[in-house]
Amino acid sequence: MSARRRMRLDNAGTDLPVLLPGAERLADRARRDRLVGTMPRLHWTHGAVLAGLIVLWAGMAEAQTGAAEPGVFDALFRWMPLLLEGFGFNILISFMSMAIGTAVGVALGLGQISLLAPVRGSSWLVTQFFRNAPWLVLLFFVMFMMPFEFVVFGTVIPFPDWIKATIGLALPVMANVSEIVRGAVMSVPSGQWESSESLAFNRRQTLFMIILPQCIKRMIPPWMNLYAILTMATVLASIVGVSEMMTLTRRALAAEQNAFTLLVPFYGFVLLCFFAYCYPIARFTLYLERRYHVIT
Amino acid sequence: MDGIEAWFLDLYHTTGINLTIVYDAFDRERFLRGLLNTVVLSVICLVFSVIIGILGAWLLGARQAIPRRFVQAYVQFFRNTPPLVQMYFFFFALGPLFMTTVERQVGQMVFVSETPLLTSFHWAVISLSFFAGAFNVEIFRSGIEAVPRSTIEAAEALGMSRWQIYLDVILPLAFRICLPALNNNLVNLVKTTTLAYAIAVPELLYMSNQIWSDSVNVPEMMTVLLFVYVGLVAILVFAMQRWERAMKLPGFGT
Amino acid sequence: MAQPVLAKETVDQPEAAWTPDRPIVEITDVHKAFGPVEVLKGVSLDVMKGDVVCIIGPSGSGKSTLLRCINALVDIQKGSIRVEGQEVHVPKLDKLALRKKVGMVFQQYNLFPHKTALDNVMMAPLKVLKQDRRDVEGRARELLAKVRLTGKEASYPGELSGGQQQRVAIARSLAMGPDVMLFDEVTAALDPETVKEVLVTIRQLAEEGMTCMLVTHEMGFAREIADHIYFTDHGRIVEHGPPAEFFQNAQDPRTKEFLSQIL
Repeated sequence: MSARRRMRLDNAGTDLPVLLPGAERLADRARRDRLVGTMPRLHWTHGAVLAGLIVLWAGMAEAQTGAAEPGVFDALFRWMPLLLEGFGFNILISFMSMAIGTAVGVALGLGQISLLAPVRGSSWLVTQFFRNAPWLVLLFFVMFMMPFEFVVFGTVIPFPDWIKATIGLALPVMANVSEIVRGAVMSVPSGQWESSESLAFNRRQTLFMIILPQCIKRMIPPWMNLYAILTMATVLASIVGVSEMMTLTRRALAAEQNAFTLLVPFYGFVLLCFFAYCYPIARFTLYLERRYHVIT
Repeated sequence: MDGIEAWFLDLYHTTGINLTIVYDAFDRERFLRGLLNTVVLSVICLVFSVIIGILGAWLLGARQAIPRRFVQAYVQFFRNTPPLVQMYFFFFALGPLFMTTVERQVGQMVFVSETPLLTSFHWAVISLSFFAGAFNVEIFRSGIEAVPRSTIEAAEALGMSRWQIYLDVILPLAFRICLPALNNNLVNLVKTTTLAYAIAVPELLYMSNQIWSDSVNVPEMMTVLLFVYVGLVAILVFAMQRWERAMKLPGFGT
Repeated sequence: MAQPVLAKETVDQPEAAWTPDRPIVEITDVHKAFGPVEVLKGVSLDVMKGDVVCIIGPSGSGKSTLLRCINALVDIQKGSIRVEGQEVHVPKLDKLALRKKVGMVFQQYNLFPHKTALDNVMMAPLKVLKQDRRDVEGRARELLAKVRLTGKEASYPGELSGGQQQRVAIARSLAMGPDVMLFDEVTAALDPETVKEVLVTIRQLAEEGMTCMLVTHEMGFAREIADHIYFTDHGRIVEHGPPAEFFQNAQDPRTKEFLSQIL
């Protein structure tokens, strides 16, 4: 009986049927997606299915081609070291972009909550600008607009393509990190600011000692989401000629005369590598979201 | 018009800022065609992706396991792989499967040649529609599931048939619940159309590339391009937010 | 051979066979289980035309399920429910005909949030009964006036208070011209101040002779309005009788305990 009463009291305020959790989840997800872009949802079976597909296709092709021709597996194994080296490059680019984007993005995010209107306004403008620009266009912009080397005090610092691609990808990361920081700070109840102020903390102390420590937990899951998206976006660097995995795959296929039987296993292998890398990240993000009860 | 063209030509001669897309009719025409193609590509993909989303969401509610599994597999595959690899896969791996023979008569001779049945534009539409459609399936499904069971029960109690309930109650509500997520996906789709550059679809990025290759005005074109895209997306985001606000029901949803 | 013929007779019993001297709702030995959980374990009760019947009891005793069985929102496993002589528990039930006869109002109002109050009331007669729009609108306005919501026709449910929404929901059910109204804890989700305005509307309906079945926790209201009160516990009717008798001389210990808690 008491449970019933309590429920009735809880319901007293609502005038409409409360939306099912699904709707809230969807709304939260929409908010999250608006923040960092849509997050891939991975499951271990995808890897299994992909691997199975490659083996099946290769096996079928192997059975069809004559014994004289080199098999699909042969070709794949022959190229695999090179392709994996390319994938390492993708990871390297993703790490560096993430580091640069996070460092600048945090500063930009704090700028967005600055008390100084010009700082706040310009941070907001920069954030919105780079968030709305397509990743590929930003990549092009940096590739073409940056010099291939810098001369600092007489020493020549070369700026190879992949460094430029890293910077190009760091720009949208920066804008998204900025939004993550702003969103997390805004989500801390205003009572925290008020109580810190009443305890004579100044604004800087409040921000760094009270507010930001509370935000870290909220920021980590979306930040990791962003990293997974960034990793998948590193293949864009192939369009601007960086020798990452996609570029090398296409070169390998060209070297094999673009044999039709090789296309599926090779592309499948690329997908599998990205899957194998992103899957643990996606799982861990999900775990953190649940653990911290944040929907990011 | 002539005055503006002259001014930009003068700008080039005095400062070196070479905006051929303003004073050169050929470049201007190319740029506008690229912009148009981007818009057309986005709109066509939007329509197809919504159709795919509705069909997929409907199949996900099917009683039989096979259509459900099929749709789930489709969604997972397209969500979890880089869209660029998808596009390459469609264009390079599946493209050669769809060939057609064309007969051309030159004088007395008849030439028979094999040409692709589908252009790169078609493949971009297919690839991007499936990519965006995969997200729409999930969005629509969650929207339909989010319509309160009790509201549907009330419609049943009023004697409404399954179809009537679907059309008059579930869909209008589900649509409103979906709208923010759907709009996000649409904005994402417009940004993703740039990938069509990779398979030589003459959209804005590709055309701009042609222009800066011919006119050697990379910095100018790059800047214009960036601002045009940001402007395009900003207008879209603004319009969508207006639409969301207009569609919002008092007291319903979050 | 005799079995199917017998079954057929019960199924196809013509509506004309029902006369107002027989119960308008006749519930006989109804059993209902959700999976392994049996919520109704042989419930029988009759409601005569014009009667107001209140069903009370602790939560989870199957009251709401019983109401939902009457207009076939949930099906039953065993037993018989007849509305105006027509069996509800048959595979080829004409649900539309049943739901024209039986209106239902829910605890959470369940209005259509994308329709105005007027459109909510008009929806079923327009879409289900395919009646003429002008007639429907006229009647809908009358019904809204009857539940004292004149002036709120163009408001969306989200703009109305709980009590106002619940009255729109009552008008919406009445628009189908039902012979029996089912009220499923219609005041349970309301603020104390707005409970009264809904109860006034229900009393008005009862006084006009509408057959009403209410599941409620408002004991005072039940005592005042009901012709007959049923107390259910664990899927069975434990005790029943006219309100005066029921509230004064409850016999069963479960009824006594429940009443002592709630009064």
